[in-house]
Amino acid sequence: MSGIHVSTKINGDAVEYVCDVEETLLDVLRDKLGMTGSKEGCASGDCGACSVTVDGRLTCSCLMLGAEAQGREIGTIEGVAKGTELHPVQQKILDNAALQCGVCTPGFVVAAKALLEKNPDPTETEIRYWLAGNLCRCTGYDKIIRAVMDAAAEMRGN
Amino acid sequence: MRYESPQTVEAASALLAGEEGLARVLAGGTDLLVQMRSGMVEPDLIVDVKNIPAMTSITEENGGYRIGAAVPSAEMNEHEGLCALWPGVMEGADLIGSTQVQGRATMVGNLCNCGPAADSVPGMVAANAIATIIGPNGRRDVPVIDIPVAPGKSTLAKGELVESVFLPARPKRAGDAYLRFIPRTEMDIAVVGVGVSLELDDDGICTDARVGLGAVAIKVLLVEDAAKALIGSKLDDASLKKMAAATSAACKPINDKRGTIEFRTKVAGVLATRAAKIALERANTRASNGGEK
Repeated sequence: MSGIHVSTKINGDAVEYVCDVEETLLDVLRDKLGMTGSKEGCASGDCGACSVTVDGRLTCSCLMLGAEAQGREIGTIEGVAKGTELHPVQQKILDNAALQCGVCTPGFVVAAKALLEKNPDPTETEIRYWLAGNLCRCTGYDKIIRAVMDAAAEMRGN
Repeated sequence: MRYESPQTVEAASALLAGEEGLARVLAGGTDLLVQMRSGMVEPDLIVDVKNIPAMTSITEENGGYRIGAAVPSAEMNEHEGLCALWPGVMEGADLIGSTQVQGRATMVGNLCNCGPAADSVPGMVAANAIATIIGPNGRRDVPVIDIPVAPGKSTLAKGELVESVFLPARPKRAGDAYLRFIPRTEMDIAVVGVGVSLELDDDGICTDARVGLGAVAIKVLLVEDAAKALIGSKLDDASLKKMAAATSAACKPINDKRGTIEFRTKVAGVLATRAAKIALERANTRASNGGEK
């Protein structure tokens, strides 16, 4: 088979591509579509750097074939900011200096945004459990957790 | 490598049956993609079952629930009815991996991968969940306990796949729970896992019990002697002690860096006791709410 033709939606835009069976959604995003915001850390679903949403549900794009995106709605880090206006999670990560090398950051942003859409007022413990699948080897997590709590408060209007 | 995404279970079965090489079912993919990536398996055919309505839905059936084999754990744990009726099964599934993995991983994938430490399986075994299997010879219903044989090896024949799992209705004073031991607080593989399901009469006497035990043998076990120790009792200390001893006696664990044989054997009894107490509390709460929650 020469390739699989896939029609999908990414960040609200209709997208078509041809991929091999073995290619993951992450491979397609990065290598075929030039969307390099999603990062490959472990390629085995452990680190969360490749987090995207599929039909609104948080998932690792390394654990999904490109072919599986047929007919789905994919959300990536590239769709989080509105033009130059950052999402509150992004802004609070900057304000809290909650990143160093930045490789894990897109995954944290996508995951935290998904949490706040489901639960606008999470406890610190809930945030920590929700983000347990996002690994950061630089910051020690505390600043990231604080950034998410700040973003949640801002989005609630406090 | 071929990728197919059929619309019916029968078509999926026909594809699996007709493949001469290695065929793999793709539901959540959280095991399959990792196995492919590491070179453990190189399938000639991948059958994605997520476009099959019967495999992607949760439906009420005779007071119980039928859960499609491709329903991810996150979706089950958002289902109020399921969480109210079988909280122990749901909490077992909820322990598998991260939020991201939860969004894809399925209980049936966990079951058919046949890992002894699969967190969702002891709870299903305790619940006497029934798997509906579709294959070249039609449909058959099999208790979940009869599916795994050994790591990576199941009793499914060529061309067969699990379409759904059925969790039955239960009397109003009934409850279940799953507990596991891991050295960390999250994102780890069970060293021991125990699921307990109880049914009690209006006087609080246990009329039925099932104990599922994971990570201490080549496959998940149903510990009948542990259940027998509870049936007819009010879960007094003596019965619980007997149940714990029976659970420990059933263990045939390996020795590895995550737990010694002695440790796993002892912890199995401790967790079984604690899970039984939680199941009892849930049964009583549910009964006092008239069979709801």
